[in-house]
Amino acid sequence: MTAFNVNGRAVNVTGDPDKPLLWVLREDLNLTGTKFGCGMALCGACTVHVDGSPVRSCVTPITAVEGRRVTTIEGLARGGRLHPVQEAWIEQDVPQCGYCQSGQVMSAAALLAARKSPTDADIDAAMSGNICRCGTYQRIRAAIKQAAVRMGKGA
Amino acid sequence: MVSRVSRREFLATAAVGSFLLGFRVGDAAAAPAGTDFAPNAFIRIGRNNIVTIIVNKSEMGQGINTALPMLIAEELEIDLRRVKVQAAPVGAAYAHPQAGIQFTGGSQSVATEWDRFRKAGAAAREMLLVAAAQAWGVDRASVRAENGRVLGPGGRALTYGQLVDRARTQPVPTDPPLKDPSQFKIIGKPTRRLDSREKVTGSATFGLDAAVPGMLIAVVARPPVFGATVKSVDDAGAKAVRGVKQVVAVPSGVAVVADSFWSAKKGRDALVVEWNEGPGATIDTDALEAEYDRLARTPGAPALRRGDADAALVGAARRVTAQYDMPYLAHAPMEPLNCLVSLGPERCEIWTGTQFQTVDQANAARAAGLKPEQVAIHTMFLGGGFGRRAVPGSDFIVEAVHVAKAAGAPVKTIWTREDDIRGGYYRPMWHSSLSAGLDAAGKPVAWKHTIVGQSIVENTPFAGEIKNGVDGTSVEGAANLVYEVPNAAVDLHSPRSPVPVLWWRSVGHTHTGFVVESFIDELAHAAGQDSYAYRRELLAGQARHLGVLELAAQKAGWGTPLPAGRARGIAVHASFGSFCAQVGEVSIQDRAITVHRVVCAVDCGRAINPETIRAQMEGGIVFGLSAALYGQVTMKRGRVQQSNFHDYPVLRLNSMPVVEVHIVPSTEPPSGIGEPGTPLMAAVLGNALFTLTGQRVRSLPLVRHGFESA
Repeated sequence: MTAFNVNGRAVNVTGDPDKPLLWVLREDLNLTGTKFGCGMALCGACTVHVDGSPVRSCVTPITAVEGRRVTTIEGLARGGRLHPVQEAWIEQDVPQCGYCQSGQVMSAAALLAARKSPTDADIDAAMSGNICRCGTYQRIRAAIKQAAVRMGKGA
Repeated sequence: MVSRVSRREFLATAAVGSFLLGFRVGDAAAAPAGTDFAPNAFIRIGRNNIVTIIVNKSEMGQGINTALPMLIAEELEIDLRRVKVQAAPVGAAYAHPQAGIQFTGGSQSVATEWDRFRKAGAAAREMLLVAAAQAWGVDRASVRAENGRVLGPGGRALTYGQLVDRARTQPVPTDPPLKDPSQFKIIGKPTRRLDSREKVTGSATFGLDAAVPGMLIAVVARPPVFGATVKSVDDAGAKAVRGVKQVVAVPSGVAVVADSFWSAKKGRDALVVEWNEGPGATIDTDALEAEYDRLARTPGAPALRRGDADAALVGAARRVTAQYDMPYLAHAPMEPLNCLVSLGPERCEIWTGTQFQTVDQANAARAAGLKPEQVAIHTMFLGGGFGRRAVPGSDFIVEAVHVAKAAGAPVKTIWTREDDIRGGYYRPMWHSSLSAGLDAAGKPVAWKHTIVGQSIVENTPFAGEIKNGVDGTSVEGAANLVYEVPNAAVDLHSPRSPVPVLWWRSVGHTHTGFVVESFIDELAHAAGQDSYAYRRELLAGQARHLGVLELAAQKAGWGTPLPAGRARGIAVHASFGSFCAQVGEVSIQDRAITVHRVVCAVDCGRAINPETIRAQMEGGIVFGLSAALYGQVTMKRGRVQQSNFHDYPVLRLNSMPVVEVHIVPSTEPPSGIGEPGTPLMAAVLGNALFTLTGQRVRSLPLVRHGFESA
C-alpha cells in the first residue's frame, strides 16, 4: 500500500508496486487530466508536481511517492481561480489539440514557482522536455512571460 | 491532359463510386430534447437560452470547434462565448456535402461548411424573428435579432429561450438571407478558441480518457514485420501477470486484456509469440531507395504532358539534373491511438478520436457482425490527427472491436508510443528524379520529373482516385506545375509494398513541395539568378502565388543584409486551395542548424478566424521542420528501426524559430489552413543551407547528412 497526498487529499492505493504514478492517477484515482504520451519520460505529457517539483509520472513508480505531496493539473487552480499560467495559456490561445497542454502547464507552473522572471534560456531549459506536436511553442513562451509579469504584480 | 486532381475533387469523385453506396447510412441527427428548438442538425436552443452547436468535424487542434460555431453565431446573432459545442454522432446530415461521408481532412472543413453553417444559423434566426413577430402581432420587418434576443417596436424583447416553443412550429426556410460580409461582427475577427479552458484544466476528454463501467484495458502484440501472422503463442508468462484477465487472438495479433493498462502492458511484454513473417521480413529501406532510383530511370504513368519535354531538353542550352529522396514518416500524434468499444448483441458503442466516422462505422459494423446503423461513434477530442486517425480500413478501431468481441466485455485498446511509431500507416517513402533544360538566358524550357512512391489509395475504397495509373495524391503539387515552363512531363511509378501508407499532414505536397521548391532553386542558381526574382518571373500570371511570394519576401526583408553567418531560404507552394510562401533565416555552426525566424504569408481566401490561421501556420511550420530535420522511419529485415521520441525526434521548444504570419486580405471563398503551412519548410531550409554551405540537400532528413538541430 502506498499513502500519499493528491491535490490536498490523502489517498491510499494498493496494487502493483511498480505501477507508474501516471496510471495510478488516471485509473485508480480517476484524474485523467495527466496524459500518457511516451512512457519513457521523453515527451512530458505526464508531468505532475511532487513536493512542488516537476516529475514525469510515467516513469515514477507509485512507491516513490509514499508520503509525498502530488499536484496534478486538476489541482493547479485554487479556490475556483485558475493559476496565472492557465489564464495566460487561454489569453495567448496556446492549445491546439490540447493533449500535451496539461504537462506543459505543469512544467511552466513549476518553472515560475522557482524563477519569478525566467529568461529565454530558463524557459528553454524548463520546457524543452515537453513535446507539442501541434507546434504551440511560440505561444507557450509568450504565455510564460505573460504569467511571470502577472505573478510579479501579485495578481 | 494535365492532372489537377485535388483531394477535394477526389473525395467528390469518391462520392459517386461504390464507396458511397457501401457506407452511406440513415440520418442519425443528434436527438433534440423534446422542448428544444432544433431547426436543423446543427443547432439546438433550449428554454434556458442555452445554444448548443453540433459540430460534424473532429476537433484535433485545428480549431474547428471554434470556427464552425463562429459561422452560426454570426448569422444567429448570439454570444459566441456562451455556446455549447457538441460532437455530432454519425449521420447523413453530418456528411461532407459532396463526398457523402462524414470525415475531417483535406483542410476543407471550413471551405465545405462555410455556406451550410451560415445558412443553418440564418434559418434559425429567421424562424425566431417570425415567432417573435407573431407573438407580438407586429410586422416581421419591425423586429430584429441581437445578442440572443429578438427586439421589437416599443422596446419589446424576448430571449431566444422564450421563443423556443413558437419558433419550433415555424416552417424552416430553405434559402434564408445571409448577411453581407460588411456586416460581419464575428467572422474575420481574431477569436480565441472556445476549448482552451478545458484543455488547460485537464477536463477536456480525449479518447484515452473515455471509460464505461466494467471496462478492461487491452494492449496488443502486433507483428514485428508488416504482413506477418501469428504462428504460435505462449501466454503462460502473460497470464501470470497480476491483473491480466485474458489473452485473446485477434486478426492483427494477440491481445492481452487486463484490469489496467500497466498489467496489460506487462502481460503483453511477457508474451512469447512466434510469427510467420512472410515477404515483409525482406524490406530494407536502403535497398528500397536504390530500387526507387532504378525505377525512376524508366517511364512511368503520365501525370503531366505539356509540350514536348524530351525534345526541348535535347535542344536546351544547358541541363540540370537531380535526384531527391524522402523517407517514410510516422504521424506521431501526442495521444497514442486508442479505442473503447462496448459491444452488445445488437449494438456497438465506440469512443475514440477519429477523423473518419462514416468509414469507421461501416468497418466496425463488419467486424462486429452488425449493421452500420447499430454502431454509434462518440467522437472525443483528438490528441492530434495529422491523417493518422483517418484510415480507410479503420485499423485501430476494427482491432478494438475484435478485442471487445473476443473478450466479451467493454475494452479500451491502448497503443504504446512504440506501437504507434512501429505500426505503419506512414507517409510513403518518395523518390524524385528531375531534369530541366534552360535556355541561354537561364529560363527553363524543359522540365521532366519522375516520381516513385506507394499509392495511398490503392486497395482502399478511395481507389477510384487512381486515373490512368496515376494516384492524384501522389503527384499533387508536381503535376500541376505552376512555374512557366513550356515543355513539361511528370511521370509516376507506384510500387507496391507490405508497408501500410497513409495521408500525412499535406499528403502529396509533403514531398512535391520539397522537391519542386528545391529544384527551382537549383535552376535559379544554375541561371545565376536570385531565388526570389527567378520565381517571381516564372510565376507571372499566377496572381495568388505572386501575392504571397511578394508579401513574404517584403516582410522578411529579402535582399537586405543579415547578421554574419545567416542566410535566407524561400519557397512558395499552393495546396488545399490556399497559397503559402515562407522565408526562413538560418545559420549553422559546425553542423548545428538554427532556424532563427520564419516569415509566412498565406492566402486562404476569406479569413474566418485570423488567430487560428496564424496558429495553423505556426503548427504547420513546426511539423514541416520536424520532418526536415529529423523525421525518418527506416527498416532493416522488415523491422522498423525507430520506436519513441528518442529515435524519432520532433522539434522541441528550444529549437522553435520566431514565426511571423501575414494573411493576405481576400474576399475569395475560404480555403484550407490545416495543411498548407507544412510542405514548405524542408525546401526553405535546404535553400538557405545551400547559400550557407554550397551543399544542396537532396534527401531528408537533414540528420542523414550529419546536420543537427542547435
